[in-house]
Amino acid sequence: MDDQTILAIVAMAGASLTMALGAVGAAIGESRIGAAAMDALARQPDEASSITRTLFVSLAMVESTAIFCLVIALILLFSNPFIDTVVQ
Amino acid sequence: MNLRIFGDPVLFHLGPVPVTETMVSSTVVSLLLITVAITLRYIVCSHPEHWLSVVAFMTVESFDNLVEEIVGRSHTVVSTLAGSLFLFIAACNIAGQFPGVHPATGSLATTSALAVVVFLSVPIAGIQTNGVWDYLKHYFRPNPLLMPLHVISELSRTLALAVRLFGNIMSGHLVVGLLVALAGFLVPIPIMALDLLIGLLQAYIFTILSTVYIGAAISAVEE
Repeated sequence: MDDQTILAIVAMAGASLTMALGAVGAAIGESRIGAAAMDALARQPDEASSITRTLFVSLAMVESTAIFCLVIALILLFSNPFIDTVVQ
Repeated sequence: MNLRIFGDPVLFHLGPVPVTETMVSSTVVSLLLITVAITLRYIVCSHPEHWLSVVAFMTVESFDNLVEEIVGRSHTVVSTLAGSLFLFIAACNIAGQFPGVHPATGSLATTSALAVVVFLSVPIAGIQTNGVWDYLKHYFRPNPLLMPLHVISELSRTLALAVRLFGNIMSGHLVVGLLVALAGFLVPIPIMALDLLIGLLQAYIFTILSTVYIGAAISAVEE
């Protein structure tokens, strides 16, 4: 195997691992947020608007970690900074 | 299939300056927003009973309420900034749903510029409200040892603002492109509907977070 093949394999494996682990973390976090929001809504239905707003904001903030992972994976796949060191 | 994630094709050169697709679409969106704003101002001044002026009043009122809820008191400059950020980001995200338009917020340059605006307005708001000395003192509280952490958190939250918006919008477009390539016509419609929701939600979150950051700088001394 030449260097380019090794770099491609490592980049693909790294990207898929990044996405897999990042998605797991974000999914667990979002499920906990959703459960807590359901609980709060059941206890205090009058506060629905404020709870929903906070819910959406925190969901998006937790999801941003998964988005960071996606960006890293796409950088690895499509604009890998180390490709220049291999392709001379 | 033409995958475009980080690149930004140059459309034409304006003298020595290359004009990219993102610059064109963000300029068009800004001009549209400015035109709408000037028209609404004219309508509000001349026909206050018209339903369009009611829409304009409600928009301004909602941003004022948002800022008042987060900062603790009404603050015209902050609500102007929040309103401009929200309207620009939301308009860019919705413009991306039109065929052939690349959303300006789907490029890291635009979102970084917006995040830098927020990053710079935080110390400006803090210094204007509390004075230079009091504002700088809050970096050394509760303990001077924590000063590097304050600085790192300001930098990292700016990066997070930029990458969050960029990643959400870019990934939405990428998914739609992949679905069109794999499954074909009419299949990505549910994903596109989700993109509309995500675009508005991300605009809202960007606005809320920047208002929270500025509000924290304004009330940094009062604690």
